Amino acid sequence: MNHSAKRIRYVLKRLLQAIPVILAILVVNFFLLHLAEGDAADVLAGEAGSATPEYMAQLRQKFGLDKPLPVQLAIYLKNVLSFDLGFSFRHNMPVSQLVLDRFVPTLLLMVSTILLAVGFGIVLGLFAASGLNTWRDNVISFFALITYATPLFWVGLMMIVVFSLKLHWFPTSGMENVAMFYEGWDRVKDIAHHLVMPTITLSLFYLALYTRLMRASMLEQAGMDYVVTARAKGLTERRIVFVHILRNALLPVVTMAGVQVGALIGGSVIVESVFAWPGLGMLAYEALFSRDLNLLLGIFLLSALLVVAINLIVDVIYSFLDPRIEVT
Amino acid sequence: MTFWQLYRRNRSAVLGLFILFAVFAMAAFASVLFPEDPFRLAGKPMSPPGENGFFLGSDTLGRDVASGIAHGARTSLMIAGLATAVAVFIGAVLGGLAGYYGGWTDDILMRVTEMFQTIPSFVFAILIVAIMKPSIQSIVIAIAVVSWPAVARLVRGEFISLRNREFIQACHSVGMGDLRIMLAEILPNCLSPIIVAGSLMVATAILIESGLSFLGLGDPNIISWGFQIGAGRTVLRSAWWVCTFPGIAILLTVLAINLVGEGLNDALNPRLRERT
Repeated sequence: MNHSAKRIRYVLKRLLQAIPVILAILVVNFFLLHLAEGDAADVLAGEAGSATPEYMAQLRQKFGLDKPLPVQLAIYLKNVLSFDLGFSFRHNMPVSQLVLDRFVPTLLLMVSTILLAVGFGIVLGLFAASGLNTWRDNVISFFALITYATPLFWVGLMMIVVFSLKLHWFPTSGMENVAMFYEGWDRVKDIAHHLVMPTITLSLFYLALYTRLMRASMLEQAGMDYVVTARAKGLTERRIVFVHILRNALLPVVTMAGVQVGALIGGSVIVESVFAWPGLGMLAYEALFSRDLNLLLGIFLLSALLVVAINLIVDVIYSFLDPRIEVT
Repeated sequence: MTFWQLYRRNRSAVLGLFILFAVFAMAAFASVLFPEDPFRLAGKPMSPPGENGFFLGSDTLGRDVASGIAHGARTSLMIAGLATAVAVFIGAVLGGLAGYYGGWTDDILMRVTEMFQTIPSFVFAILIVAIMKPSIQSIVIAIAVVSWPAVARLVRGEFISLRNREFIQACHSVGMGDLRIMLAEILPNCLSPIIVAGSLMVATAILIESGLSFLGLGDPNIISWGFQIGAGRTVLRSAWWVCTFPGIAILLTVLAINLVGEGLNDALNPRLRERT
């Protein structure tokens, strides 16, 4: 069998493997919904102010809440597969619509965070590894240690104190200055200006992580036989580090970027609520305050699916970067 | 070399131990240092640090920030400790069974573990606490539910590497039961990685707990560091100290636990250290 056919088969296999995970997540979601006190009928009755027992029973029948649990589960699965995630009574909108509307800002924040964290992480890790046990290495390791121990929301608040309230460099919150009615490039610049602090806050932890990973990976690769060969050929040290070691050391960083996406989503809930960034995390924060469980479950479901999807993409990219992990 | 001699070689781990002792002392003597309820309105609201008898200032309602930090240390250590204990227990049981029996037991348990690792953990924790209503129990359960998979994988790996060793085969040949082999023979041999992982997990648990209570999901009857920061963020402009000091408390505590964890790792697995 030729190479590309194998690769396609590998991708298909990974897709198939993702299906049970997605189903399991849906089932967990369903049972969490059931664990919650009160059902949709209670919520509706609560919104209306009062309801007779007959009306409640009628509502339950309408939503299928009087059916046995397995039937309800089937109904729920069917609804989700047709992208019906229920209705948010607080926002008076379908959950799927709300979630999709807020998806883009979160994606913007996450992509810029990953770029910043992976990019700088690689550079810093390279620095630390090439100056092993010098002050450079120690400073970078110390920075990583502190960053690991700092709560994200606190970093965000402290950045607001210093850079927004004292220095007035960046806005404290929001995604754009709506009152200015910017258009075109001005709007892009405005959003980028608002994006700086949330991105730095969210990326700090991952920056530390990727730095340590890159450092360890560089050191591991530096001890390999092919490095000895390269040195014996008389290549310059610079060429060995940047062309030979660097390429191989990047592989674990790519994998890690995929594994950490779940944590990144959790972090974005905190960062978005600190900076009032209008994404999924902020929506989750609002849902918490208004006790809008339907909405919260929808966000949870979407973020879990996002993690599955990104892991899948990373695996496929990885199989291109490193032909050794065949694909058998 | 004794355990302490090995531990002492890592200077920063000793520093971490000192800080951790200080935090424990603060938690233990919180009621002596600040006998009043930390929620009590103790004086003039929004007093800066050092004024009106407030060492670290007071918040919007005139609650003493220092008192909150001392009492909050209790909350953080207790919740993180309990949650870690539960997570280590669940992880050790499931990981041990999967590693010891292998086969379909392993397959099923590892699929479940993988699924839990795929779910974004902090969002999951938020959801669990929101659904169960915020309380100490629900926070402990939420943190344990999102933390156990790492322990399960670790314990499984250890069990797999130990289950075919000669001394275990000897146990089988003298007719020892599975349960006794697992608990009395294999488990003691993999305690040190579990202790190291557990100690680092306490640090993560403190961060998760503070994040939850920052979002307003803390137990409403108990003061905690995350709650203090969450309550102070609205007055960030005029009273920076309300948010700043509890954050430093979290930072120092988590840093200390991480350092102690690394020190334990060096002391318990000396070979690992010499290799690198």
